Amino acid sequence: MATVTFDKASRVYPGTERPAVDALDLHIEDGEFLVLVGPSGCGKSTSLRMLAGLEDVNAGRILIGDRDVTDVQPKDRDIAMVFQNYALYPHMTVADNMGFALKIAGTPKAEIRQRVEEAAKILDLSQYLDRKPKALSGGQRQRVAMGRAIVRSPQVFLMDEPLSNLDAKLRVQTRTQIASLQRRLGVTTVYVTHDQTEALTMGDRIAVLKDGLLQQVGTPRDMYDTPANVFVAGFIGSPAMNIGTFPVLDGVANLGRARVAVQRSVISQFTDDDKNHVTVGFRPESLDVVPAGTPDGIPVIVNIVEELGSDAFVYGSLTNEFGHADAVHSGAGDAQVIVRVDPRQVPSKGETIYVRIREGETHLFHAGSGQRIEA
Amino acid sequence: MSPTPQRLQITAASPDPALLDLPWHIPLEEWPAETLAALPRGISRHIVRFAKMSGRVIAVKEIGETVAYREYELLRQLRRLDVPSVEPVGVITGRRDPDGEPLEAVLITQHLQFSLPYRALFSQSLRPDTATRLIDALAVLLVRLHLVGFYWGDVSLSNTLFRRDAETFAAYLVDAETGDLHDRLSDGQRGYDLEVARVNIIGELMDLQAGEFLEEDVDAVAIGDALAERYGELWRALTESESFTFGDRWRVQARIDRLNDLGFDVGELDITTDVDGTSVRIQPKVVDAGHHSRRLMRLTGLDVQENQARRLLNDLDEFRAATDRQREDESFVAHDWLTEIFEPAVRSVPRDLRGKLEPAQIYHELLDHRWYLSEQQGRDVPMKQAAKSYVKNILPTRPDEQAILGVQAGEIPDTDMFPAIDPDQIIG
Repeated sequence: MATVTFDKASRVYPGTERPAVDALDLHIEDGEFLVLVGPSGCGKSTSLRMLAGLEDVNAGRILIGDRDVTDVQPKDRDIAMVFQNYALYPHMTVADNMGFALKIAGTPKAEIRQRVEEAAKILDLSQYLDRKPKALSGGQRQRVAMGRAIVRSPQVFLMDEPLSNLDAKLRVQTRTQIASLQRRLGVTTVYVTHDQTEALTMGDRIAVLKDGLLQQVGTPRDMYDTPANVFVAGFIGSPAMNIGTFPVLDGVANLGRARVAVQRSVISQFTDDDKNHVTVGFRPESLDVVPAGTPDGIPVIVNIVEELGSDAFVYGSLTNEFGHADAVHSGAGDAQVIVRVDPRQVPSKGETIYVRIREGETHLFHAGSGQRIEA
Repeated sequence: MSPTPQRLQITAASPDPALLDLPWHIPLEEWPAETLAALPRGISRHIVRFAKMSGRVIAVKEIGETVAYREYELLRQLRRLDVPSVEPVGVITGRRDPDGEPLEAVLITQHLQFSLPYRALFSQSLRPDTATRLIDALAVLLVRLHLVGFYWGDVSLSNTLFRRDAETFAAYLVDAETGDLHDRLSDGQRGYDLEVARVNIIGELMDLQAGEFLEEDVDAVAIGDALAERYGELWRALTESESFTFGDRWRVQARIDRLNDLGFDVGELDITTDVDGTSVRIQPKVVDAGHHSRRLMRLTGLDVQENQARRLLNDLDEFRAATDRQREDESFVAHDWLTEIFEPAVRSVPRDLRGKLEPAQIYHELLDHRWYLSEQQGRDVPMKQAAKSYVKNILPTRPDEQAILGVQAGEIPDTDMFPAIDPDQIIG
């Protein structure tokens, strides 16, 4: 087992100017489950392939433990790409299917058997070791394939969107299995996905990338509670955060008739770029539905109510009567806000409800750079 | 046709209406025997079946929708780049069973006629060096893929089909699911592909040994290692730069000749001299496989494998010498050789035996047979006579390789021999 370090590692594809991965600095602890997440083209897969040795590193270094592997061939890095190219061999026993790579490497028979048995125990396959794959269920076969990587006891597991090909139900199931297995094994794991829910539910820490640049790295809680910039704020969380940019006058951000007090310590951090504006983010669950006429109440016309049983979300539009409605956007689109409402008291479509941002639950960002402003 | 409310979406370059007649409302695993073609199946993570359609055979693979479109597009690109690979027919999505339950998307490829999966080759009793020749063919394929920037990600014997090519084999890529096309591959990508290939091949051979299809004493690890060696030799021959003194300029032509011998044409050669002009450095930049098959194609219009072409071109040269026409335009001589020698010989094979081997392969064997007869009889046996003897004595003993097994699908014994593995193996 080992730590993994990206030390200002960059990848520039020939014929392009902008690096696909730009001076990535990231330290992954021994035994940690780190998820690289971001939209398509953000550099997450490239970063993983740099670690695997499949992409050249044009600048910077990559270390596994204390060892600089920047110029080491993939097979000599002691890593395992999990979930790739595993078909089980029909004539071999489960034990042989799991241990044949060790046999190729010339590992003594007794040691192979021991490692296979250990892996089988973790994977709950002990009683099937002498059977053929045909006698196993689909899920057991998946675990045999996992076992193949485990018996090699690599320093690091790498997984690139392993669930993208599964249907929704199996995806959720497998997600939990992988996460719990990783915790039992304690092997450092780097996992790539475009799906922020997968990232939040699986990772010890999450690293969000965009345009080849690391935006923020932290625990799922950190990312959710204190997003470092507007991008992370909008990317992490489902449904997405509502975000808008507003002028600040006399210590107050004006959302039309609604006003959000902005602390002096925040205003003192404004730069010229901000042009006296502030970007305000508020999550769907940070809004309270209030009676019409309540001060600072924001009118929202209900477009759709999404009822999830335990929760209900209103997807609604803001009106221009209320200022520049399109200053606000969310995962639902421009001039749209998402509000979590009591699932037992849902408004109907077309109705206007009034919402107010709960105090202390706003996220403030520089209007210019998009970086978080701490009070 | 199915009475189900399925709304099929068919993506295909030249759709065949017969596609609509296949039972898309049934999971592939349950397709009726009369729809299927009796072909051996390889090891796969997905359900794969061969089906008969408009007098040809197609391979149908159940696979996730995004992956299906992606692989379809990749296979099309590989065809355009002229890399030996299976021909994609199309993607079908929107399948539903009679209860309205959605079924997985399918990727359809054309079955490669006269192709042999490695399992079929090993389960026939072939000459002992078969493994070596298969590995050589796979090394050539891998080098060609890497030259065009294709990273395979899952090189294995199962993901390759083989066609006879004179005394050797030519390999075709079958499965591009894990592949990626790049401008240029890094050494890491090539190295990883090669390592995956090595481990997969050894695993596949060990599996054949476990199933008692292959002798226990065959050294699977040595065969896997041989691939890495063969690949390395070929890659160096094709891409390495060499330097020599200005006086040794003949080495430029020598390098080109050597590449031609390996079956490659030099599309672009980098030549640099140092400042004082005393030494020259050359490095092939663009090399294209198929030197001999292109030449034969140009001369005769015959589209055959590289080594078959080599053999046929030799025969053409002999014909030219024997008829004393060295000074004549080569294409005229080639035309006469085609109509007077090649075509009559191939046509002398009765129709019912033509499914045994490809015409060019039959001709290759005919040449072998004629040589054997001539030696035995101590005289030059004419082609006509050799052909007669070949058709009578040799060809009938050959297996039918156009579609490998001449049995009905219902009788296929291979469900045990070649079990297909569930599609939910994607995770593995």
